[in-house]
Amino acid sequence: MSTTETERVERAISGAPPGAAGRPARPSRAAAIVPRATVAGRALVAVVAIMTFLASITIGTALAVRATATEWRSDVKREVTIQVRAGEKAATDAQVQAAVDLAKATAGIAAVHVLTPEETSRLLEPWLGSGLDLADLPVPRVIVLRLDGTGRADLARLKRTLSDRIPTASLDDHRAWSERLGLMAQSVTVTGAGLLGLVALATILTVVFATRAAVATNRAVVEVLHFVGARDGFIAAQFQRHFLRIGAEGGLIGGLSACAVFLAIAFLPRSGLLSTGEDQSAFLGWLDPGPLGFAGIGLAVVTVALATALTSRMTVYRTLRTIQ
Amino acid sequence: MVRFENVGLRYGMGPEVLKDVSFGIEPNSFQFLTGPSGAGKTTLMRLMFLSLKPTRGLITLFGRDVSSLDPDEVAVLRRRIGIVFQDFRLLDHLTTYENVALPLRVLGKDESSYRAEVTELLQWVGLGDRTDVLPPVLSGGEKQRAAIARALIGRPEFLLADEPTGNVDPTLARRLLRLFIELNKSGTSVLIATHDIALMDQFDARRLVIADGRLYVYD
Repeated sequence: MSTTETERVERAISGAPPGAAGRPARPSRAAAIVPRATVAGRALVAVVAIMTFLASITIGTALAVRATATEWRSDVKREVTIQVRAGEKAATDAQVQAAVDLAKATAGIAAVHVLTPEETSRLLEPWLGSGLDLADLPVPRVIVLRLDGTGRADLARLKRTLSDRIPTASLDDHRAWSERLGLMAQSVTVTGAGLLGLVALATILTVVFATRAAVATNRAVVEVLHFVGARDGFIAAQFQRHFLRIGAEGGLIGGLSACAVFLAIAFLPRSGLLSTGEDQSAFLGWLDPGPLGFAGIGLAVVTVALATALTSRMTVYRTLRTIQ
Repeated sequence: MVRFENVGLRYGMGPEVLKDVSFGIEPNSFQFLTGPSGAGKTTLMRLMFLSLKPTRGLITLFGRDVSSLDPDEVAVLRRRIGIVFQDFRLLDHLTTYENVALPLRVLGKDESSYRAEVTELLQWVGLGDRTDVLPPVLSGGEKQRAAIARALIGRPEFLLADEPTGNVDPTLARRLLRLFIELNKSGTSVLIATHDIALMDQFDARRLVIADGRLYVYD
């Protein structure tokens, strides 16, 4: 023990004023009670970022698929077709005209259009090639009926009338196709929800383990806090603050990365970098989460940050009960 | 203030380390707790500090039966007690000032409301020029005084000190004893656990002697 130290105690107890060195304490900013370095930082930020990215991609894709499917179904539902089997030309023309008349007489049908041979040829071009002379082939005649969207059109009745009066004609309301689209959209949404659940579970478990490790590492700090009269809520808040920051940081990185991916997909066809821009646009153009999707990603970021903080708080509470 | 009635304690299925311990600590009193190493001094202090629960008997602290307290009530009672650990238990990442201010910080007080008080106390224990130093840099005696200051900053009604002179030379030990006596004069009950007979001989006070798990009181 140095003489200086014993002198200092003696002076202090005797009430003598402190020496020149006895300057008042003026810490600029109180240090964190739980040191940040002892909380699994960067690795956890990376895990949370990856999880948020996966969740955001899932949300964006599921919403894009649902929106696109709804749009397609709406398009499909707005249009029905009548096919008249090919036969002798004059008879077929008469049957087509009869079908057109029947369609025009049906309420709720806004327009009736008989596909010209050129239009039919274009439709078949992907399968049969160009320069086709349809006159050589028994290609059915197609009449496109556009509905007015009011739902007044009684398609079942039209179908019955057609089959009664023109046996070679058939009405296709694309119901099977529409139902399949609906089922597909529903499956994607359910799968997305399942994936989101798994990602959320994995994130929560990771945070639970990280919090337990942080509390275990800081056990001495926790004990001292208990001994100086800290309530469990105060101690939990010290850890929660770190984890909220980690959650927000990881969530933002993951969410923004997912937004960047969706925006890149949206702008890629327009960038001119793709040689077959139209085809690429048709292939990926549907992958647009829309405002709802981007709002969903924002919500995912906030949820991840709050869930991380809340999970850590609950884990600290549970752990504290074991080290009273 | 503190009352033990037929208190017994055993760890797990082991033998009883404390048997039928009965005593009381009055307000504004001063006592030494002594006995051979391993006799149960620290265990008895942990019972008084609510970090252990007795396996039998009744402990009342400030009029409350400790067996019925929930964690928040334990925290509130602990704020009325100051404790100085033998191994100091200072937080190495906080400065001396921050360590001493910790009991006020956990109360949610604003730093500006206690800055002057902490500074004054640090000067009183002779650490006025060590405020911004981290504990690993402090000497054993300085750590001891920082731990004492932390125990006193909340103005406890009861101060428990476990071997407070165990890490310092006799001269500083005498000075620390004077510090505790001063504190007692200002109204705080003090219990010092020590096996330093020479230290106890310097001040005529009540002695609680623990041996073979039993407590003997010499008023």
